[in-house]
Amino acid sequence: MCNTCGCNITPGNSEAACKPVNGTTAVSVLKSLLARNDDQAKHNRQHFDEHGLIAINLMSSPGAGKTSLLEATIDALGNQYRMGVIEGDLETENDADRIRAKGVPVHQITTGSACHLDAHMVHDVLHKFALNELDVLFIENVGNLVCPASFDLGQHRNVVLLSTTEGDDKPAKYPVMFRAADLVLLTKTDLLPVLDDFDPVRAESHLRNLASRAPLIRLSSRKKLNLQGWLEWLSLELGRQREQSRIDDFAMLHTTCPDTPVVV
Amino acid sequence: MTNFSLSGRKVHEFSLCEALIAEVERIALENGAVRVESVKLRIGPLSGVEMPLLQHAYPFASAGTLADGSTLEIEPALLMVHCEVCGFESEAGPNLLACRACGSNLTGVVSGEELTLMSVELITT
Repeated sequence: MCNTCGCNITPGNSEAACKPVNGTTAVSVLKSLLARNDDQAKHNRQHFDEHGLIAINLMSSPGAGKTSLLEATIDALGNQYRMGVIEGDLETENDADRIRAKGVPVHQITTGSACHLDAHMVHDVLHKFALNELDVLFIENVGNLVCPASFDLGQHRNVVLLSTTEGDDKPAKYPVMFRAADLVLLTKTDLLPVLDDFDPVRAESHLRNLASRAPLIRLSSRKKLNLQGWLEWLSLELGRQREQSRIDDFAMLHTTCPDTPVVV
Repeated sequence: MTNFSLSGRKVHEFSLCEALIAEVERIALENGAVRVESVKLRIGPLSGVEMPLLQHAYPFASAGTLADGSTLEIEPALLMVHCEVCGFESEAGPNLLACRACGSNLTGVVSGEELTLMSVELITT
């Protein structure tokens, strides 16, 4: 197979490919535009797996309560799990300062005018953490419901926040983002009594229309209401992820060394 | 150009376009091309990429590279879902992925998430 004579062209891609004319060559590629980011993300994931931690990418629009959720989570689970945070913002260390005040290792990525984190930016700060001293690494993405959804950072789970002060049709307006969610958190539910235009049932129905099976949990980080469901989800997923990393390690061991006897 | 590139940082479609140009240049060099004639992409409605923005960013991202002056062709991919309940395959909308036949939300996307570099046409002499 080569890329010059056209022998890599199959009936499925022939239409898009070879038309050798005088001095021109058509090269069939069939490669994701995000291949470079995805390779880096895979590398990041290997780092996480080696250290048996779970990496969680938090995404939402600006002001939906990502940092408040982290503060409440650190308060609730700080004695149980060792947590670390990567903060993504266009400017300022404000969010990192809030997390730092909780005594948790945190590094801020300021993206300038870039609207999302990518796998390379995350990798650059990974080595500032003692990963072997962490159980959970939160990556608080840039507040944006559009671009972050397209960039794999190497995380194990995506958590998307939707606050009650936004429209309940956000999942319908930003389907790519909400489809990427493994868990959706409906935040600031303490405000629901005064926000008569936000209907949590309608929000969930928009989410289900995206064929999403992600659980939807209602909570208030500031008022510490109903945090239990989220904290249980986190513990459960950490356990699952550790189990998965062990299985992958085992499989890897036996693919690379086929002669190694399988010990059950 | 400053609209897209502020202090070396850029919006989503522009950074994607730069990744695209880097890949296209790599292919061009590998094939000993003198320049790139055209680039063909396939993009689905759930890829998270706006085709007009990508089209607009392309001349800026390709300026001064082997792809300078080349055309970008974008082929839109259909959004199709497969129903786990009735097995029917139907076309869907980006925010309504339910099965057209039985109405179930238990569907999986078959196509529509693509963001693929399909082919590159090179001038080799």
